[in-house]
Amino acid sequence: MAYKILIVEDSKASREFIASAVESVGGVEAFTTSTGFDALKLLSRQRFDLIITDLNMPGINGLELINFVKKSPTYRETPLFVITTEGREQDRAKGLALGAAEYLVKPFEPQQLEGLLMRYLNIA
Amino acid sequence: MTTSTKGLSDFVAEATEILDALSRDLAILDRRRGERLEPDLVNGIFRSAHSLKGLAAMFGEQRIAQLAHQTEDLLDRLRLGRIELTEKVVDALIESFDTFQVVLAETSRRERSAVATERAEAVSQKLAQFIDSGTVEQSDALDQLELDTQVRNVLTEYEEHRLRENLREGMAVWKVRAVFDLSDFDQGLARLNSKLKSLGEVISTLPSADPGDGTGIAFDIIFGGKVETEKLRLALTALPASVHPLFQFQPQPAEPSLPLERLVSPTPPGAEPEHRSPVRVAVSNAPQQASGALPAYANPRFGTADAMVRPSPKQPDGEGDPVGRGLTQTVRVDIGRLDSLMDAVGELLLIKANVARLAEQASRGGKPPPGQLWGHELHRESRLLERKLDDLQKGILEVRMVPLGQVFDKLARTVRRIARESGKEVDFLMRGGEVEVDKLIVEALSDPLMHIVRNAVDHGVETPDERERLSKRPRAAVAIRAMQRGNQVVIEISDDGRGLDEERIREVAVRTGILTRAQAEEMTPRELQRLIFLPGFSTASRVSELSGRGVGLDVVKTNISRLSGMIDTHSERGVGSTFTITLPETLAIVRALVVSVSGRVYAVPLNAVSEITSIAESEVRTVEGREVIGLRGKTIPLARLARVFELPETELRRRFILVVGLAHRRLGIAVDELLGQQDVVVKPLGGRLRHTPGIAGATDLGDRNPVLVLDTGALIEEVVNSERRPELV
Repeated sequence: MAYKILIVEDSKASREFIASAVESVGGVEAFTTSTGFDALKLLSRQRFDLIITDLNMPGINGLELINFVKKSPTYRETPLFVITTEGREQDRAKGLALGAAEYLVKPFEPQQLEGLLMRYLNIA
Repeated sequence: MTTSTKGLSDFVAEATEILDALSRDLAILDRRRGERLEPDLVNGIFRSAHSLKGLAAMFGEQRIAQLAHQTEDLLDRLRLGRIELTEKVVDALIESFDTFQVVLAETSRRERSAVATERAEAVSQKLAQFIDSGTVEQSDALDQLELDTQVRNVLTEYEEHRLRENLREGMAVWKVRAVFDLSDFDQGLARLNSKLKSLGEVISTLPSADPGDGTGIAFDIIFGGKVETEKLRLALTALPASVHPLFQFQPQPAEPSLPLERLVSPTPPGAEPEHRSPVRVAVSNAPQQASGALPAYANPRFGTADAMVRPSPKQPDGEGDPVGRGLTQTVRVDIGRLDSLMDAVGELLLIKANVARLAEQASRGGKPPPGQLWGHELHRESRLLERKLDDLQKGILEVRMVPLGQVFDKLARTVRRIARESGKEVDFLMRGGEVEVDKLIVEALSDPLMHIVRNAVDHGVETPDERERLSKRPRAAVAIRAMQRGNQVVIEISDDGRGLDEERIREVAVRTGILTRAQAEEMTPRELQRLIFLPGFSTASRVSELSGRGVGLDVVKTNISRLSGMIDTHSERGVGSTFTITLPETLAIVRALVVSVSGRVYAVPLNAVSEITSIAESEVRTVEGREVIGLRGKTIPLARLARVFELPETELRRRFILVVGLAHRRLGIAVDELLGQQDVVVKPLGGRLRHTPGIAGATDLGDRNPVLVLDTGALIEEVVNSERRPELV
């Protein structure tokens, strides 16, 4: 069974970029969505093993999504990464306080993300 | 990281989209200078800059990422109300947008010039100066709200700011809790949001994993507005939402009592003369009447002989760069238009089924069917088919149409910048931006329009001092307006500057050997004015630093002709100049008039023909050695197509005359017979035939025989302009 990873990012090109980095790790399946709303829908229908989200998105922002995930009985323990441009210091602090496991700043090397995925998913 | 070709094109496509959105929003911001800022507008611009930063950073495009970062920072302070939106700030934002275009164009070509890099850095520094104003201490009005920390923790800095702003403006604030089914919560939420947005501002939408009763999904919406709680409850009765007041507004609004950060104070118009920019852009979306007059100050006219100089080598400055003209070969299409195309296809399928049925009946043999009835049925189907194909064609042409406003916005930025650089004050007036033309034409028009507008600002209009000496308004006017005339689109670019200097043109024409002294003396002012379109004419004057496009007016003219269009100028010394460009709406498919001359068949684009008449040989008169005919009291020159193409002339008592061209540049083309009308696709002639004068291309009328298509613009040129000085052509 492949690990399922949800990627929430409103920029299409960035989304594809992250997805291809994620999928270069063996045994991993990437699911992508462009809004917080769609993420909520997917989260309720599928069981994900890891979530990657941007912070600044229209509608439901990344912080709200983290809060939802971390309060949800199903996803409380699921690791969540924030990938964003170095934004407001305050927002970053909030993201970590809400329970984001990792905070990656664009641009990042795909290898860095791959390494983190393998660590959090316990892939040898 | 190195970017793959696919990655690069993804990046460029998305960055182009972001810049398009940015361009639209900046244009609105520009128009509303001095007005109260709409938070959504500024936030939208901020979001564009933020997305661009993220995107560029992700793809390692540091130049764009850095500049976007500075731009975002500035916009962040703007939306948080920490700096004011002065004219200088708007100018700086527009400058940074222009720079994005240049750098992105380079990136798409995998280039990286030092000039563009320096420009990006310079703009970054400029933006940084605005940002320097320190952060204002935030005394916290939010502490007065009964917001649980859980809610407060997930508000972004911007959402907190909007919340404070709502309080400051005396709005009431509520938490609206809504519970939806998981299957369709997005629709429910959309309904709720649209209700709420009609009453105030949705500040934040917080999903909650704890819906209370264990099923579905809950949302806490922080909402600010000037309504009473009861009214709000009433408005939401049909929705699964409950209302919890967090802060109530006072019916008798007291002075805002909450200590808050610096406000987004609307700058009253003209309150800051030192921040006045040299350019003000006015846009009217009012539909254009062909007869609509320009405002008094926007008199139609044009610049001096300086306007014809050969510009300096191309500067990397955005306008006219490929990026401005859709690096992606895509057209955005309204879904309604696609739906109607789909409908047309559906009906075509029905017709196909009918034809197939008839064919089957025919091939089944058996008792011989009544042939005539079949003929009727087939005929009916073919008529239906024709109508539906017509719809389909129209639909597809519509899809190709884009508003000219896309180019106009870019022109406005150019005017602003050139005016700034040359120390002139210019009002730029745009009208008819909603007129739609084929995307191909819009793209090809960008450079010629840019060139003419640059010339107008650079050479056409005078400096404020000079204008004052001439008792003109110190602020010059440059106007562009587009209007639809039948199947044609007319674009006029006018200024109220110096006007063309005919004496100087005469002098230059003689000096460069274009005309002999005698010829030059004989020419009327209008004839002299038209010389500026001749190739090589522009080499005569000094090189301008500002006009730098690398094209002269001859190139402008060639580009316009390539679009089956015409350009003309009208200028009055000291009053100004007007350039008029006439273009077909589309290039793809042309309705053509099929005619014959001396037994040969030609097609004439119908949109070029304004009327058709017939005359007897005896009505042809000769004036100054050229044949003319009378048309309702006006005299127009006559060209016999047979003579133009050196064919043996047929003896006829009456001939048909196709009247082509506009106003004073009309021409009657004499042909033998009119054969009918047909839609044709014009293909260019290849090889050495490409530049055959008077021929626009070839087509096929359905009988697989090629037919030549006339280039009426060129015929007019040849006959109307040349007869008195044939050596010019």
